[in-house]
Amino acid sequence: MTRLALRRLALAIPTIVAAATLVFLLVHVVPGDPVDVMLGESAAPADRAALRQALGLDRPLVAQYGAFLAGLATGDLGRSVVSGEPVARLVAARIPATVELTLGALAVAIAIALPLGVLAAARPGTWIDRGAVAFALLGAAMPSFWLGPLLIIAFAIELQILPVSGRGGLAHLVLPACTLGVGMAAILTRMTRASVLECVGEDYVRTARAKGVGRVRVLARHALANALAPVITILGLQFGALLAGTVITETIFAWPGVGRLTVEGIQARDYPVLQGCILAIAAGFVLASTLADIVNAALDPRTREAR
Amino acid sequence: MNAVRRMRLAAALLLALALAAAAAPWIAPASPSRQDLAATLAPPSRAHLLGQDKLGRDILSRVLHGGRVSLAVGLTTVTASLVIGAALGAVAGYAGGWLDDLLMRIVDVLLAFPGLLLAIALTAVLGASVRNVVLALCVIGWTGYARLARGEAHRLRRREFVEAARALGASDRRILWRHVAPLLTAPLLVQATFGMASAIVAEASLSFLGLGAQPPTASWGAMLNDGRAFVLVAPHLTIFPGLAIMLTVFTLNFLGDALRDLLDVRPPTDLWR
Repeated sequence: MTRLALRRLALAIPTIVAAATLVFLLVHVVPGDPVDVMLGESAAPADRAALRQALGLDRPLVAQYGAFLAGLATGDLGRSVVSGEPVARLVAARIPATVELTLGALAVAIAIALPLGVLAAARPGTWIDRGAVAFALLGAAMPSFWLGPLLIIAFAIELQILPVSGRGGLAHLVLPACTLGVGMAAILTRMTRASVLECVGEDYVRTARAKGVGRVRVLARHALANALAPVITILGLQFGALLAGTVITETIFAWPGVGRLTVEGIQARDYPVLQGCILAIAAGFVLASTLADIVNAALDPRTREAR
Repeated sequence: MNAVRRMRLAAALLLALALAAAAAPWIAPASPSRQDLAATLAPPSRAHLLGQDKLGRDILSRVLHGGRVSLAVGLTTVTASLVIGAALGAVAGYAGGWLDDLLMRIVDVLLAFPGLLLAIALTAVLGASVRNVVLALCVIGWTGYARLARGEAHRLRRREFVEAARALGASDRRILWRHVAPLLTAPLLVQATFGMASAIVAEASLSFLGLGAQPPTASWGAMLNDGRAFVLVAPHLTIFPGLAIMLTVFTLNFLGDALRDLLDVRPPTDLWR
């Protein structure tokens, strides 16, 4: 088990390096001169040359790439063009807020989806099942940049029971976490429902029932346990959408995380910061899907043998 | 509701939405950019059914015109991604070998990114515009179709009817076009329907972040961004464009579900039993 975990983690490293390469190419090879974008096309030639040199853009591409990778290995992501601070420190300072928001959203998604999905599958065709299906369809169609403002209108302005924005205690986390988590809750509800429905028809469920095990216990111990693998896989895959979603949710709620820093980097045309943020989010995504793989293997011996 | 009725219902809804967007210049009560600075942020009224925005522009007209941007971006992105992705995927899956390996590695790397994040980065670097949004969404979008087409083509190439065609002397090109491609249409069509929904959400997300359509172009995402500053005093700026996005995305997802069950692409989703 430990060996498998280590192997999966080792496999994540080349993926992160590939992702870093893509980010590098994005900034350096995509048509358009970053210096033009940062300074405007009417900037003085001397200023442009100075910035070009400061960013190392005057060196050959291969040398730049080498320096980029070497920096990456030592945790050096360059310096912000705007504040001059090391990008690694800027990004690191924002990571706790984003982790808090993402875990909050994950908790919201799981707390809604698992009970709702299992209940719907246990009572197909009833009102609870129809409700779950309606929630899955509506939740998946609801963009976060609409849900967020709607929640603000309802809970922060009309009812005045939760803060409008910013980061603070648990009360501050509720609206952003719901905004970010509902889309995932919709997908997970659907997945859980379908997965449990499939397991309910299996022989081992009938055997358990025939042995006299109660309905609830069969659902929880037998059907849900087996239905969990696809749900966890989806959880890992959807985690990326969750992380990318922080860019929007953090903007809506003025949440001081990596997503907000990404937008600040874009607005200030601060390419090193933008590059660092995207790298951090992509690395988080790769780690999350690796973790989902490991958890799946831990829960299900069959996937372990298959590898 | 059975799949056929669901598909008809969803198709009718989609057609209505598309017609409303296409006919926007004729059916919209006002020009989407005509300002009325005496009536900024005015709530819905008889003259302006959905109210007016921060420059006194008619929101109903802007929602209708915004639909043109959303649907055009969705359609262009999906068509381009589908054609490129399906062609590359089908050829790679059918041919196998190094071409197949290379393509799948590229797809893997692109999929190692959350799609929206890559689109944000690309449009930030390329510059904010609708054209660059489409470009960015295509760079990511083709991977899904490539992976699907590749998988199917790879599975089909060992089937008896392909072997039979080859034994009869059919060229690879003919086998791909006449025997493999027709079997790819159903799964690709289903994926394209969902793909269009995600492309529309992605465009709105980018416009919401200021990376998509630029003012004064009416776009649902940009309208929501405008409305953010006035959520306290004028919630109608936020409510209606969001409703339009949700309705469109819901309709497309609904259609995708119905098509999937109807074309038997995967086991029925069992959602409407």
